[in-house]
Amino acid sequence: MAKQVQQLDRVIIRFAGDSGDGMQLTGDRFTQESAAFGNDLATFPNFPAEIRAPQGTLPGVSSFQVHFADHDILTAGDAPDVLVAMNPAALKANLHDMKPGTAIIVDSHDFSNRNLIKAGYEGNPLEEEGAGSLAEDYNLSVLDLTGMTVEAVKEFGLSRKDAARAKNMFALGLLSWMYGRPTETTIDFLSARFAKVPDIRDANITAFKAGWNFGETTEAFVVSYEIKPAKMEPGTYRNISGNLALAYGLVASGVQSGLPVFLGTYPITPATDILHELSKHKRFGITTFQAEDEIAGIGAALGASFAGSLGITTTSGPGIALKSETIGLAVMTELPLLIIDVQRGGPSTGLPTKTEQADLLQAMFGRNGESPVPIVAPQSPGDCFAAAIEATRIAVTYRTPVMLLSDGYLANGSEPWSIPDVESLPKIDPDFASATNKTVTDKKGETTEEYWPYLRDEETLARPWAIPGTPGLEHRIGGLEKGDGHGNISYDPANHDFMVRTRQAKVDRIADSLPPLEVEDPSGKAKVLVLGWGSTYGPIGAAARRVRKAGLDVAQVHLRHLNPFPKDLGEILKRYDAVMIPEMNLGQLSLLIRAKFLVDVVGYNQVNGMPLKAAELAEAITDLITATTGDVNASDAGTGTKETVK
Amino acid sequence: MTTQELPFPGLAGVPTKDEPQNRKEYTADQEVRWCPGCGDYAILAAVQGFLPDLGLRRENIVFISGIGCSSRFPYYLDTYGMHSIHGRAPAIATGIATAREDLSVWVVTGDGDALSIGGNHLIHAMRRNVNMTILLFNNRIYGLTKGQYSPTSEPGKITKSTPVGSVDHPFNPVSLALGAEASFVARTIDSDRKHLTAVLSAAAAHRGTSLVEIYQNCPIFNDGAFDAVKENDTKADAIIPLEHGEPIRFGVLGEDGLGTKGIARSASGGVEVVAGDDPNVLVHDAHNPDPTIAFALSRLTDAGVLHQAPIGIFRSVVRPTYDDGARQQVATATAGQEDQAAALAGLINGKDTWTVL
Repeated sequence: MAKQVQQLDRVIIRFAGDSGDGMQLTGDRFTQESAAFGNDLATFPNFPAEIRAPQGTLPGVSSFQVHFADHDILTAGDAPDVLVAMNPAALKANLHDMKPGTAIIVDSHDFSNRNLIKAGYEGNPLEEEGAGSLAEDYNLSVLDLTGMTVEAVKEFGLSRKDAARAKNMFALGLLSWMYGRPTETTIDFLSARFAKVPDIRDANITAFKAGWNFGETTEAFVVSYEIKPAKMEPGTYRNISGNLALAYGLVASGVQSGLPVFLGTYPITPATDILHELSKHKRFGITTFQAEDEIAGIGAALGASFAGSLGITTTSGPGIALKSETIGLAVMTELPLLIIDVQRGGPSTGLPTKTEQADLLQAMFGRNGESPVPIVAPQSPGDCFAAAIEATRIAVTYRTPVMLLSDGYLANGSEPWSIPDVESLPKIDPDFASATNKTVTDKKGETTEEYWPYLRDEETLARPWAIPGTPGLEHRIGGLEKGDGHGNISYDPANHDFMVRTRQAKVDRIADSLPPLEVEDPSGKAKVLVLGWGSTYGPIGAAARRVRKAGLDVAQVHLRHLNPFPKDLGEILKRYDAVMIPEMNLGQLSLLIRAKFLVDVVGYNQVNGMPLKAAELAEAITDLITATTGDVNASDAGTGTKETVK
Repeated sequence: MTTQELPFPGLAGVPTKDEPQNRKEYTADQEVRWCPGCGDYAILAAVQGFLPDLGLRRENIVFISGIGCSSRFPYYLDTYGMHSIHGRAPAIATGIATAREDLSVWVVTGDGDALSIGGNHLIHAMRRNVNMTILLFNNRIYGLTKGQYSPTSEPGKITKSTPVGSVDHPFNPVSLALGAEASFVARTIDSDRKHLTAVLSAAAAHRGTSLVEIYQNCPIFNDGAFDAVKENDTKADAIIPLEHGEPIRFGVLGEDGLGTKGIARSASGGVEVVAGDDPNVLVHDAHNPDPTIAFALSRLTDAGVLHQAPIGIFRSVVRPTYDDGARQQVATATAGQEDQAAALAGLINGKDTWTVL
């Protein structure tokens, strides 16, 4: 029969199954197909902390959401248009995000009594009828995906278990047909991935094609969809996750500075990918050291910095807690050091695989004494690349540890990334000290040439970086207070006061090197500003578009630099009648902005381990606009879980 | 004592200086601020005395310390140095030693710094066999915090924090190092300049982590802790000297000019004190790949008040070092790779790209 092709401008698909069902791989392949097709896209993998949670249970559900469109999009989407559920638990765990009328494709194979009970179902929801049933409320397709997969691959003589494992590829094939995805990338991928096990390779490819063919021939689906390529800025693109972009940014930092990269780290979710990635790139002179603990990781990195490398440590919030004392030492010794915090849900072990932005104040203040550390934050997965280079620029130029705050959403999420031209990347000059810098005259009037490790550059207040092996510049540094200039131990009260202020002033001076903020206010008439940082860029941008589409005016500013703040921030804040700060914490940037600028900002705070939802945020922004402009058509306030603090 | 010719394997990558150097060049301009009579002075003098003889370029020597009285050490040497934070010196030194083959890396630490707060880093540095020399000043007390018991203090120790006696069991640093599979483990005494210098030279010569426990007297909070191995009337019976290739004999000298006591394997599998002329007296083999006997020898050290301790090099064996291995991997990967910018472009472009015109 002839099938209809329907045009759509965007679709959100969520693949959900058991941890062992290969949903991350399925989502990733669908993403690559969509990227190759030229859609704009954003992804959101969501998986349990347990490596193999009990099979068939709600905690064991793993999902991957991909949002793809024929236009520029900013988030992985609030609620899926299509849910692919591979078992009862996956259906139950994700159903609450599905709006009535959306499509649900279910693999009925695992809907046994035992599995239904494990998932907490009393009866089989697929068999219910009438009001409130799945069949009534949703566009439900019940298919025996596993059975069809096993049938399709029987020629390879695999065990039933191995044959059934290809069901994710059958599902991928079906969805690929439904949305007109190109198949070559997936077939190439499977060929390479299973090159050493031809049976498995062929079974997966066959299952994938069988899924496609099933879509094309069955009467179960009469419509397929077309989502045209997005109009994007000219350039060469690839799909990239935040952790990969961050790792590449660190490689680039080494190349652009000419410094050997030394990563000292300890595995921790969700930062570990960066260690894995950098370990592959020794060709760039990169050394990766998997230390005995978080403290040794940063200790070795700081040692390497002292010795003239670009010292880097990667971790998440709990690791930062352990590294705090060494960060303080780096502040005191004024050595370049990158500290990458891929934030996750806290406190304590918290939610290792979920996202949060609640380490901002830890980054800012989590050390003893007056211990200022510059902070930069990427705003999207691809932006992690540029953020890493910017963090390096600050660390090397100002001889300081720098905190880079990524998060779980950026780390694992992905988007098309316009690959920069390497020629356009900034050069970073380590400017090692090579000669004495101070003429000292003794009481007899005789002069000697000395090296003073704390004699500062007048413009940046950075101290010189003399590395071991440089003759005549031998010196000792450490955690005890330094005398101004000569750097010897000093307990002098006035000197300590001076040095504390100088270290702060050095960090403050970084603001001199920052470009003006970009204010997005298309109408120029906005009275309300939404200020954000980090991974909330996408949801805030998407929410702002919704608000503008509804005819209201709103301005958006997103901060790359959290410490110091850009110089024009205070003036920008004062231009607006109201400022909202959406954050995945209880108001940490709000606290800093209120303290620094005495602006009575409105917080929009969510701490549920998930990215902000654009629709809900748009509602809150609309409320603030109506309240601010005195419009009587104020809609209801945000939902109970999203606290709006005034 | 083992003597080795320059260049020592442990310092093979470190540039040398042809002109003779002297103590003054190695002495920093900072006033030394330890308590009068502190054993640290003797160790500093010995180090300042023998470093010039190593013939290394002074700018290629790095001393890293943690926190504690002994950790002020780097300030008094005119080399590169870092007085870091409590317990972390081996971690910081690991980064330095791995990043730079051309540096001679030294760690100065104490019994609290190395064995309490920094125990984890110490054992892992020794396990990895990172090329560094660790000077563990053991005074069996916390000095800088004014006299609490340490992880090497004897049980029952009366201190400010244990007014009715410590109930903690102490570490034996040599046993710990051997258990962590250190490739070079030695013990020496602050007041024996000659022995100290010889042991430190051998430690520097060794490629890999060298752990040297130095018995160091704290005259303020634990005076006399090591008198047994220092006093003329007791030291013959207290010191069990370990010399590679020599029978392990101690005690007052017998007719053969060697000690009247000796060390032999015991029926239980350890070692025991026997008569000096016993035919089973062990000949010390520091290069024995099996650490069993070295460990058994370390157990001859009193855990309580010190009356007896082996002194010398317990173990000195060759095994691959972490830093050499890590550098080798990088060197192999970077060999012949020149155009970094082109390689970076290749990396970030990856395989799956599309172009929008």
